[in-house]
Amino acid sequence: MNYLNETIDSLNKKLASGDLSADQLAKDTVANIKDTDKKLNAWITVDDDVKPAENLDFSKSKLAGIPIAIKDNIITNGMKTTAASHILYNFMPMYDATVISKLKDAGATFVGKTNMDEFAMGSSTEHSYYGATHNPWNLDKVPGGSSGGSAAAVAGGQVVAALGSDTGGSIRQPAAFNGIFGIKPTYGRVSRWGLIAFGSSLDQIGVMSKRVKDSAEVLNVIAGGDDHDSTVSTREVPDFTKFIGQDVKGLRVAVPKEYMDAVSGEMREVIQKQIDTLKDAGAIINEVSLPHTKYVVPDYYIIASSEASSNLQRYDGIRYGYRAKDTKNLLDVYVKSRSEGFGTEVKRRIMLGSFALSAGSYDRFFRQAAKVRTLICDDFDKIFAENDVIVGPTTTEPAFGIGEEISDPIKMYNNDLLTISANLAGIPAASVPAGLVDGMPVGLQIMAKRFDEGNVFKTADFIERSNKFYEKTPTGMED
Amino acid sequence: MNFKSTIGLEVHFELKTKSKIFSPSPVTYGAKPNTETNVIDWAMPGVLPMVNKDVYRLGIMVALATHAHILPTTHFDRKNYFYPDNPKAYQITQFFQPLARDGYIEVEVHGKKKRIGIHEMHIEEDAGKNTHGTNGYSYVDLNRQGVPLLEVVSEPDMEDPEEAYAYLEKLRKIVQFTGASDVKMEEGSMRVDTNISIRPAGQKELGTKVEMKNLNSFDHVRRSLAYEQKRQEQVLLSGGRIQVSTRRFDEATGKTVLERVKEGAADYRYFPEPDIAPDHISQEWIDEIARELPKSAFERYDDYVNKFGLKPYDANVLLQTKESSDFFDSAVEAGADPTLAANWMNTQVNGYLNDNRVALADVKLTPEHLAEMINLIKDGTISSKIAKKVFAETIENGTSPKKYVEENGMVQLSDLSVLKPMVVEVVDNNPQSVEDFKNGKDRAIGFLVGQIMKQTRGKANPKVVNKLLNEELASR
Amino acid sequence: MEITEDTIKHVATLSRLEFNDDEIGEFTEQMSSIINMADQLSEVDTEGVPETVQVVDRDTVFREDKPEHWQDREELMENVPEKANGFIKVPVIIEKDDNE
Repeated sequence: MNYLNETIDSLNKKLASGDLSADQLAKDTVANIKDTDKKLNAWITVDDDVKPAENLDFSKSKLAGIPIAIKDNIITNGMKTTAASHILYNFMPMYDATVISKLKDAGATFVGKTNMDEFAMGSSTEHSYYGATHNPWNLDKVPGGSSGGSAAAVAGGQVVAALGSDTGGSIRQPAAFNGIFGIKPTYGRVSRWGLIAFGSSLDQIGVMSKRVKDSAEVLNVIAGGDDHDSTVSTREVPDFTKFIGQDVKGLRVAVPKEYMDAVSGEMREVIQKQIDTLKDAGAIINEVSLPHTKYVVPDYYIIASSEASSNLQRYDGIRYGYRAKDTKNLLDVYVKSRSEGFGTEVKRRIMLGSFALSAGSYDRFFRQAAKVRTLICDDFDKIFAENDVIVGPTTTEPAFGIGEEISDPIKMYNNDLLTISANLAGIPAASVPAGLVDGMPVGLQIMAKRFDEGNVFKTADFIERSNKFYEKTPTGMED
Repeated sequence: MNFKSTIGLEVHFELKTKSKIFSPSPVTYGAKPNTETNVIDWAMPGVLPMVNKDVYRLGIMVALATHAHILPTTHFDRKNYFYPDNPKAYQITQFFQPLARDGYIEVEVHGKKKRIGIHEMHIEEDAGKNTHGTNGYSYVDLNRQGVPLLEVVSEPDMEDPEEAYAYLEKLRKIVQFTGASDVKMEEGSMRVDTNISIRPAGQKELGTKVEMKNLNSFDHVRRSLAYEQKRQEQVLLSGGRIQVSTRRFDEATGKTVLERVKEGAADYRYFPEPDIAPDHISQEWIDEIARELPKSAFERYDDYVNKFGLKPYDANVLLQTKESSDFFDSAVEAGADPTLAANWMNTQVNGYLNDNRVALADVKLTPEHLAEMINLIKDGTISSKIAKKVFAETIENGTSPKKYVEENGMVQLSDLSVLKPMVVEVVDNNPQSVEDFKNGKDRAIGFLVGQIMKQTRGKANPKVVNKLLNEELASR
Repeated sequence: MEITEDTIKHVATLSRLEFNDDEIGEFTEQMSSIINMADQLSEVDTEGVPETVQVVDRDTVFREDKPEHWQDREELMENVPEKANGFIKVPVIIEKDDNE
């Protein structure tokens, strides 16, 4: 089964009419993944014995019988979950993440787990114990990260939709690099129970799909209150699909000059064109400033790494996961298991985080970052007092080559410049395809105020209908 | 040279909840290893904590009972360190914004009253347990992981071991009577760490602090502090220097032994726990808890001695545990005479508990039944001799005393219309006793009472029989 | 700000990580530039600015004190590398480490 020309609606119709059985769909999906993944390496685990849920009701649930890809940092009961790390190479969960329970209730099919940067730390899906994922538009390019496996799986037609997670852009940047839609909901919109923690105050599970509406369908299912997560909101979840097909007349659109100044040449033109389309349709465009943009990268790396340094301490070789051989004592078990089990990038982040929290550094690094975070949030509050959405480029460049930036961590970190702020402020943000630059996709980022995913979907759907990027086929998948 | 000591105490109480602080695993004592655990206690990837409301409620009770100021907003923090009994490799505690600050309790030492400050108290989670094997391995049991703790940190207001002892006694009694904790040192539901420094009299700045951890009893606290006082004096007098260190008390020798020297403060990398939203403690909730706060042992003592007229000794025996005091209060409330109830509690009930090594909560006796039985004695329905039988039945099987007495025909015979003819008859049949009585031989009455008892199979009310016999004999 | 090999070694000890002599030099250099990138925040005036450590829209979420049994011990023990009689087995603990 190749999903390039499918949507959840089209699949639902076939399943409901009996033209296609859920069982066949599941088997065909796995067969296609096995075939195409030789090129992409988008998957860590594929379930050969995949079985759809029984007693599916295609009229009650749009997701009934539909295979959804799951990023491998989301806990799946009885299906190996590794976070692409050697340290969890053999970890078999005994519970389900809340998003998985909700998808199960909706009758979705689980075909496997997608590749990612180890513990979601990275922007290229090169930092995986299971090898790099390749971009379906050009196999020599990275798919972005950390949800690069989910993005490539969707863009490459392996699935119709995928779950990703986004701590600093890990859904939006790969969505942009792969020419698909990806949304990071408001912090607290989706339960984090069962999401392997990276930066707990920033992490959020989201959806990636070729078409905007399909993400709305999946988000409808996974969003909402949860007794297992005390940071999740109990607000009512609207039907996100009702924001599809609306016009943007009167929509107040802010364009931060710092974001536009971060891109140049053809890329800037492509982004500007999307903004012009909005304007032509009656949206009100306001140029605004996000004055602390310069500080978001350091701010994010301090906060995310500090939280990560603590979150990743549980991987110690004692209760589960990788344990080093030939250890003499307890300290040895800790140090060797962790040093052998974590990849270089993860170690860098743990080290930065431990440093930022250590005696003598806390005030200068962690506390200062928490204060600057307040200023960054304030910048957004000011803009959203007078605007409905903020738009701009998702990334500063299209996908880079595999191996190009891996040895330069700071350059790699700067990939997240335009996506990080939404995590620091906890606001919803998405990337929708804007066009091609040098044959590679680039994305338009859309942000809105907290819990206003509605305006994000509305704007993204309008852009999708305007530029019809979904009609393009990824160039790297041709034989 | 004279020295002054400065002593501070850190006391951990296990809070008495049914489930753990951040996971719903049951809190039990003595379960098989790792059976009372779940994915949260194991720190499996992806789990998140959910705060148990009762942990706050019990903590607030202790804060109220120690006059502490409850912070309107509290927040949990992470204390990072690696250890096998600490699965997340961080402990969730309250470092920056604890539950409460600035409390105090009053103690009396050597006839002098003194107020000892409580610096702060905070809620945190307990760790699991390591058992050290002899084969080069340790064994980890996570049942205790996540049991809620309240740590009460005193001001360094104590100047000698007796004050520390008095502080602990008082604090234990206060916490015990809130019902927030079992306060049992032997079961670990109360744990004490101390720190002590000494300085020459007149010197302002405090001396170097020495810490002592895991003390087994209040007596050990007192003895170890006394030993440390002397040891540190000798070190200073001989020109030595006190090291920042942790020592432990060796019970056999009565000495403290160096465990390790601390080079600078440990680096726990505390930071705010991002997985738990701030907790706002409303004044309404505090007021509600204050209304429900059980009476303290000190208020109860006052009631017992001044209102009920109990002897101070009896009052203190009842107040040894909250359970016995609560039981007594309920019995009185159910209509028992306080003095009789206290006597029964402190002799028969305690005797039974001691003989059978059981706790009051585990026997079938209820305060209502105790009251019922005491009233049967008081109104003459049963004799104290019969009462002992009734008590044995009630505490063993939970039978209602009234029902038991009725069904087994144990009701004492006080009916004059029945007893009077019997008395006349027995006197008629024993003319010799009339003689004896007239000659002032008291034994005669005893013999006649015995006859009546024999006839009634012990059920006759001895008081009534005595009275009737006296009247009958006098009239002859 | 200067980051020395000693600082990196100290942080590695805190983090229970080790770097061999070949790695430590390069790692120190890399960490130094990352930390200095992070230290750009020092130039922001944050006098009187409150800290943001979370962006949640609710507070005080309590669970009722109701005990529940979620998993069996056997399920939980399944991933344990070394175990014995229901315990998790670990090499002997010499003394409680204080992160020193």
